[in-house]
Amino acid sequence: MSTDVKIPQSLPVTQHAVPQGVKLPIYMDNHATTPMDPRVLEEMLPYFMEKFGNAASRNHSFGWAGEEGVETARERIAKLIGATTKEIIFTSGATESDNLAIKGVAEMYREKGNHIITAVTEHKAVLDTCKRLEKYGYRVTYLPVQKDGLVDLEELKRAMDDKTILVTIMAANNEIGVVQPVAEIGKMCRERGIIFHTDATQAVGKIPIDVNKQFIDLMSISGHKMYGPKGVGALYVRRKNPRVQISAIIDGGGHERGMRSGTLNVPGIVGLGKACAIASEEMAHEASQLASLRDRLRDRIMSRLDETYINGTMGSRLPGNLNISFAYVEGESLLMGINDIAVSSGSACTSATLEPSYVLKALGTGDDLAHSSIRFGIGRFNTAAEVDYVADRVIETVERLRELSPLYEMAKEGINLKDVKWAGEAH
Amino acid sequence: MSYSDKVIDHYNNPRNVGSMDKSSADVGTGLVGAPECGDVMKLQIKVNRDTNVIEEAKFKTFGCGSAIASSSLATEWVKGKTVEQALAIKNMDIVKELSLPPVKIHCSVLAEDAIRAAIGDWKKKQEAAKPVAVEAR
Repeated sequence: MSTDVKIPQSLPVTQHAVPQGVKLPIYMDNHATTPMDPRVLEEMLPYFMEKFGNAASRNHSFGWAGEEGVETARERIAKLIGATTKEIIFTSGATESDNLAIKGVAEMYREKGNHIITAVTEHKAVLDTCKRLEKYGYRVTYLPVQKDGLVDLEELKRAMDDKTILVTIMAANNEIGVVQPVAEIGKMCRERGIIFHTDATQAVGKIPIDVNKQFIDLMSISGHKMYGPKGVGALYVRRKNPRVQISAIIDGGGHERGMRSGTLNVPGIVGLGKACAIASEEMAHEASQLASLRDRLRDRIMSRLDETYINGTMGSRLPGNLNISFAYVEGESLLMGINDIAVSSGSACTSATLEPSYVLKALGTGDDLAHSSIRFGIGRFNTAAEVDYVADRVIETVERLRELSPLYEMAKEGINLKDVKWAGEAH
Repeated sequence: MSYSDKVIDHYNNPRNVGSMDKSSADVGTGLVGAPECGDVMKLQIKVNRDTNVIEEAKFKTFGCGSAIASSSLATEWVKGKTVEQALAIKNMDIVKELSLPPVKIHCSVLAEDAIRAAIGDWKKKQEAAKPVAVEAR
């Protein structure tokens, strides 16, 4: 028996004609990654074949050209977040930045304490790093979140003790788009002399960030989430008020002020810098456009379908994010029905581990609704026509799948699904 | 996610979607799985009480494309078979027919369970309907 599974060529039957100006497939998964902005690519190109020098080559014009590109990028990133150029370290991406920040602080401040506070909804790059540190004898508190996805500041305060050396809480969540009260958290940490790191991968370039106004000491930044290249990111490391030091996790030559060795990815860095420059200029306008498109998507879907639930608070959220559970319909089957649209789901069937989304679980969302969730990530290049088409296809597919659903049938009969004794065991 | 053409076909054109009267004496209903697992299948059969042939089958499924396809296929396969023949259907037959990858094999297991549950329910009804023997005094 062949275990090869063929990629489907046939699209699902749809009642909706593709509207003018809409090209399929539609990409609406901008939290997973973003297409590169053409202006970013244009900025990067000279650095592959003409200005190709190693930025650390101090003695010739090839190196100087590379260095110039890097330093311009550094300025652009610093400007976007209210930092100085000396506080920007380049890495291979936010995962590395998270590792560097957390492990770097843990090692440097070991004498001072061994307690780290984070939250259950963090990205795996933070959670798995904390788990590793637990093996080395660090104590980690994983704060729960409230039903709306926000960290409880009182709980955070209670968790802090005299051995706490680091609080790491993300600025915006990749699944539900919820934006945490970063300034309040930062202030609390600053008052107690605890270092505050925030994984701002989803936030930078989308919502205003100011490392001083928000009392941020360390911050992770990613290129490919903001229309820049993959494989490059940055870590902001505060130099003043207070000065924060971190141990390097990669040794070999002492680049980036000894904090991150390795030849710089000059074209990538240039791209990241340009992406930040564009964001500095366009973020305010773009955010309001994205919010309007997102609300349009939400309203169109929710006005036509009942029993749909938004996961995470709308009150403090990334402008382009929408995460909805469609009761009685499983996420992967929904994705299959809209396979001309790229989005993602919190369903177990779509995850590598066959576990439903731990972020949705942390909100207290039942597993069945977690299995029924879809994450939409609207971005710079999405249009209103695309939003309308996506909404209509989702509505049509949900309606069709509800006709197939025994749960929908039972609910319509007035049966409370929570009272039913299900034959299936938990996996 | 990549699927075989057959899974897609069953997904786009599911066979025998619907419901039968649960309370009917000739109908067996199997409800397997659990919402927390992301898989619930309801499979119903209508059996001819004289020939034990499954004349009609209907299904409804909450689950991924492979789960929907597995249960749709199950209704196709049981129709026209006797109850005993239907009990011989194995989940690996479904896996083979739909080219299910290893991570989706559990969908076929659930479909097999659904067939058995429906038949079990029907059999129970037939037992309950038998006149109870009265002890001779």
